[in-house]
Amino acid sequence: MRLMIAIALRHILARKRQSIVSLLGIMIGVAFFLAISSIMQGSQKDFIRRLVDNAPHITVSDTYRNPAKQPLEILHPGAIVEIRNVKPQTETRGLRGYRQILEMIRTIPGLRASAVLTGQALLSFAGKDVNIVLNGMIPTEIQGITTIDEHMAHGTVDDLIANRDGVIVGTELMRTMSLDIGDNITLAAATGQVRTFKIVAAFRTGRADYDLTQVFVDIKRVQAMMDRPNRANTIIINLDDPQAALDVARSIENRIGYKAVSWQESSEDILNTLMIRNIIMYTVVSAVLVVAAFGIYNIISTIVMEKLRDIAILKSMGFRAGDIKRIFLVQGFLLGLAGIVTGLPLGCVLMLGLGQITFRPPGMEPLKMPIDWSAPQFLIASAFAMGAAVMASWLPARKGAAVLPVNILRGGQ
Amino acid sequence: MSAATPLLLEAEHLTRTLEGDIPVTLVRDASVTVGIGEFVSVTGPSGSGKSSLLYLLGLLDTPTSGIVKIEGVDATALDENSCAALRLEKLGFVFQSHFLLPEFTALENVMLPMRHLGQYPDKIIQEKAFALLDDLGLGDHARKHPKQLSGGQSQRVAIARALANDPLLILADEPTGNLDSASSALVQGILKDLAHGHDRAVIAVTHDPAFAAQADRRIHIIDGAIVTPPEGVSPDGNEA
Ligand SMILES: Nc1ncnc2c1ncn2[C@@H]1O[C@H](COP(=O)(O)OP(=O)(O)OP(=O)(O)O)[C@@H](O)[C@H]1O
Ligand SMILES: [Mg+2]
Repeated sequence: MRLMIAIALRHILARKRQSIVSLLGIMIGVAFFLAISSIMQGSQKDFIRRLVDNAPHITVSDTYRNPAKQPLEILHPGAIVEIRNVKPQTETRGLRGYRQILEMIRTIPGLRASAVLTGQALLSFAGKDVNIVLNGMIPTEIQGITTIDEHMAHGTVDDLIANRDGVIVGTELMRTMSLDIGDNITLAAATGQVRTFKIVAAFRTGRADYDLTQVFVDIKRVQAMMDRPNRANTIIINLDDPQAALDVARSIENRIGYKAVSWQESSEDILNTLMIRNIIMYTVVSAVLVVAAFGIYNIISTIVMEKLRDIAILKSMGFRAGDIKRIFLVQGFLLGLAGIVTGLPLGCVLMLGLGQITFRPPGMEPLKMPIDWSAPQFLIASAFAMGAAVMASWLPARKGAAVLPVNILRGGQ
Repeated sequence: MSAATPLLLEAEHLTRTLEGDIPVTLVRDASVTVGIGEFVSVTGPSGSGKSSLLYLLGLLDTPTSGIVKIEGVDATALDENSCAALRLEKLGFVFQSHFLLPEFTALENVMLPMRHLGQYPDKIIQEKAFALLDDLGLGDHARKHPKQLSGGQSQRVAIARALANDPLLILADEPTGNLDSASSALVQGILKDLAHGHDRAVIAVTHDPAFAAQADRRIHIIDGAIVTPPEGVSPDGNEA
């Protein structure tokens, strides 16, 4: 094999200009592949991080995935049962026995859970009306579960513990309603109840809509405003490992019956879109490498055509078809390797440059282009380039290996 | 040749036909035996099938029928890789044009078959290759690339390369065809010495009557078939 590498190297070195051109192709291909895929992956990771961070990992709500089974169906499982004129029972909304459910959920290791009662309210201030989502929380439990405590602009979530009539609002709400910390706001619920809260803290997630409509208060106040004492309608759960949410949600749902939705499920269509985006991206950047691979195919086929006599003599010397094939595959490998070694640094330069670009997505804070600098990006780019280079040398290598010495010798003399 | 000479090569009833719209028979029912120490020349008119016969004997081509035995082993029954191994260890080729690899020096060209066989460490291989070149009077040219060598020098390098793995049988196809008379005489002398002095055999195709005359035995081919060489007829088959 050492000999084949030596021969391969000589062939390449004897054609410096051609080799450099094909190497440049791979180099640029690798650089673009790396830069583009690291941007796409970076933005995807950033996006998923937002998905994971901006909502609880699992939300247990007071609904069921499937309608309750009729007693007859339970009695005869698998039988064909037709029941007509079913009159639905009116139920009080909310999680029944949410404290027991919470206790049960908390036995699962690696998670924090708390109960929330949400409700709608209208905020009227200075002649402006805003529809508000009231999030009634248990302030002492909410640390590390709610996502707003990472986005506090003024004060902390603990300020709700100090002031049971306090409210945490978004900065966007404060801006549109010209409010300030310490101001009082009056909220009216559909039940007709009206209460006044004092703004004790403010958060800013960067999503304008969220920052405008969501407010956080003590759960007791919401229960009173909604006429639903001792009720909660949602349990929010945060996991140490967000990726496990899908499985944990499923097992919780199996145990308690209420619908438990993981962040993956609630953003399934977004994740699917990301997947399609990935497919398109890899197709496009691979195309760059495929074009580069043509360069390698070109030089190696040229070498094979020029070296027919050498192949014939090597074979007459006792080189096997496999040896000849290896010589040309090694050439593809070497060109690919050189392209990778030069292409990765160039890609890093591109990534550094792209990382400087800032843009302003609508409704969000301005961001720098998120770039994924992780090792898999480099590995994937290298693997694709190497794959393309070796594939490109495969065809000419096979052709070279198939050369019959007699045919060349007969024609060559 | 004496009956005691061990047989190195036995070819029996070799026929090689190229399939096609009009099938062409290159070699017709040719049987050849060569013993150790023999120097055999192959003569015949141009296009008579000399090269074709040599390719069959050298396992570079597969006969349509007939067998080739090297040291008693039927090589026609072997697969391609085993044939390659036989060529590597037991056979050496010299062609009309030298076929040296242009990217390698004379020394490296001679080292190639040895490195491929991988019997010795590189250092020994280099020494052996140098010794071979030196024997052929090329000690001063070992580091030159083929394009820096004359035709006769290149041909001698090619002979050195054919000898690299100490082959039993050297097959030469018009080795002096491209050489001037002085170089030609030198190469002829080398090939003859190889056969006679080193326990191997040489088969050489030639158009040169003087060369053919030096051989222990002459195989004459006309139209693909081996015939008894008529006296007074030159190796080309023309009247002398
Ligand atoms: N590929 C081929 N297709 C058809 N005929 C071929 C082919 N190759 C060789 N021949 C024919 O086979 C015959 C034998 O060719 P070969 O090269 O063995 O002759 P030769 O005796 O070595 O000739 P020369 O002295 O010119 O080298 C020739 O008549 C040639 O025309
Ligand atoms: Mg010939």
